[in-house]
Amino acid sequence: MTTLPVRAPVPAVPGGPAGDGRATPTGSNRAQSSRVSYIVLTAGLVVMVGPFLWMILGSLKPAGDFLRNPPTFLPSSATLDNYGRLFQQLDFPRFFFNSTVIALAVTVGTLIFCPMLGYALAKLRWHGKRLVMGLVLATLMVPAGITLIPNFILMSNLGLVNTYPGLILPFLAGPFGVFLMRQFMLGIPNELLEAARIDGANEFKVFWSVVMPIATPVLATLAILTFLGNWNSFLYPLVMAQEPGMYTLPVALATFATGQYQADHGMLMAGSVILVVPVLIVFVLFQRWITEGIATTGLKG
Amino acid sequence: MTVPALAQRRTAEAAPAASAGSGWRWREDLIGWAFAAPFMILFFLFLAFPIGASLALSFTSFGLRDLQNPVGATFVGLQNYLDLLGDPKFWKSLLNTVYFVVIGVPMTLALGLLIANALNRGVQRFKTTFRVGYYLPVITSIVAIAVVWRFLLNPDVGLVNMLLKAVGIDGPAWLANPATSMPSIIAMGVWRNLGFAMIVFLAGMQAIPAVLYEAASIDGAGRWQAFRFVTLPMLRPTILFMTVITTIGYLQLFEEPFVMTGGGPLDSTLSVTMYMYQQGFTFFHQGYASAIAYVLFLIVAFVAFLQFKFLRSDT
Repeated sequence: MTTLPVRAPVPAVPGGPAGDGRATPTGSNRAQSSRVSYIVLTAGLVVMVGPFLWMILGSLKPAGDFLRNPPTFLPSSATLDNYGRLFQQLDFPRFFFNSTVIALAVTVGTLIFCPMLGYALAKLRWHGKRLVMGLVLATLMVPAGITLIPNFILMSNLGLVNTYPGLILPFLAGPFGVFLMRQFMLGIPNELLEAARIDGANEFKVFWSVVMPIATPVLATLAILTFLGNWNSFLYPLVMAQEPGMYTLPVALATFATGQYQADHGMLMAGSVILVVPVLIVFVLFQRWITEGIATTGLKG
Repeated sequence: MTVPALAQRRTAEAAPAASAGSGWRWREDLIGWAFAAPFMILFFLFLAFPIGASLALSFTSFGLRDLQNPVGATFVGLQNYLDLLGDPKFWKSLLNTVYFVVIGVPMTLALGLLIANALNRGVQRFKTTFRVGYYLPVITSIVAIAVVWRFLLNPDVGLVNMLLKAVGIDGPAWLANPATSMPSIIAMGVWRNLGFAMIVFLAGMQAIPAVLYEAASIDGAGRWQAFRFVTLPMLRPTILFMTVITTIGYLQLFEEPFVMTGGGPLDSTLSVTMYMYQQGFTFFHQGYASAIAYVLFLIVAFVAFLQFKFLRSDT
């Protein structure tokens, strides 16, 4: 699955005999259909980006703007009041800190454990390798809901509900990273590893000084996907963070949006901006790594 | 750790013996497992064991009182599953989830395919801008998106009905009306996920040899015919794969109804995962909730099985 298998037979293309000339698209024909493409794509882009603009503009509106019927697209006067309340009335700096700490810890752990197993699966000979490979692959598509209740009971008994370890450890068992790393490492030539071994490097040194540097681009992809996936994760933190002090940003936003602040549109839009904008910045900066990583594996983090 | 030391001695002893001797295979095993162990310990504790435990729980009447002593939970056999069969709310949640999948998956894939094709064959400029723009929602938090969409769809102060009013249409109360609540959530799901389909399809399309399109063009095929007779057949494995991935994702619908409707109105947007959450964490019927989770797991496993049947991968 490194590149999606394309095995369909080459299809016969019906049409007039070659050199007929009649049905060949003319230059103007082509230009016109390309113009249609631009118009459709641009209209679609407005629909895709529109909600984000609505969110950002909404976060800047003063309270009075939300009582107007019909509503206005632009704020009557821009204010940072909504952000102020978010940071003073609610504990958003704390939620931001929680989200950051958890996502960073999960990312660092993933970048150590997944390549290690990936390397063992791709390049080492050992008993149990096939079994481990099968187990990891079999869980690749297991729904998150299935492990939720047992993990909650486990964490309760370990006393880890409402703690950082309770919110970090289960995410380190993600099989996707193992799969991604193994697929990449299969492509590293064995001669390279042998050369290092002949030079006297032990297996850990081969992994650390030869394999990991080569894998940097895939590690970057894995890092970004893991961070984003964890930053956005909701169901598990919702169950595991029950005290407001341990809320992550999505849990806090959802709790306020379905609770006492559900009509406070300005503040909810500001909360959404805080959840979304860091991710948008990361994405625009690193979009090549993200989209290529996804395209080559065909899987989401 | 002693593992590196062992490895060093191994290479010193002479690598060519690797295939011959069986006497020292345990060293290779030790090294392999040393690399595998950190992940596999976490894997067993937090993934493999919970999958099994979930099945065991579904045969018990596990509730809040059992939390301190999980093994003391009362065994009830298949009672939870039998109760599910007679639970109209469960059937409603299953039906809603199927509704979301059956309408949402084809729409997501069709739009993703359309946009990928337009990007691949239709335009030369602004490709990155389009790609980034369409992909933006995929990487953003569903919770944030759902909060924004709930506001967009607000009948009084929302943008959608404001725009509709501008062209003379009185928009419905999208999320408060059982007839439009699920379609609204589907629209949001499609909007959020079509960029993912687009990226994967685009990668598939770029792997199609240009010579096929040249041949088609020489044979007199227009743009539609090239799409129909070159792109679509060549992309078939990718489309099947995306169908499976998207279906599995959509079967787990949760955040959208949780934030936007709370499962209402009249349970019209209650999904299976949401019902499981309610049973497990609102009512603390965790045995019953585990049975719900397992039914969903079996459905997902069946869809994944279809993938392996139709799409044998090289790995």
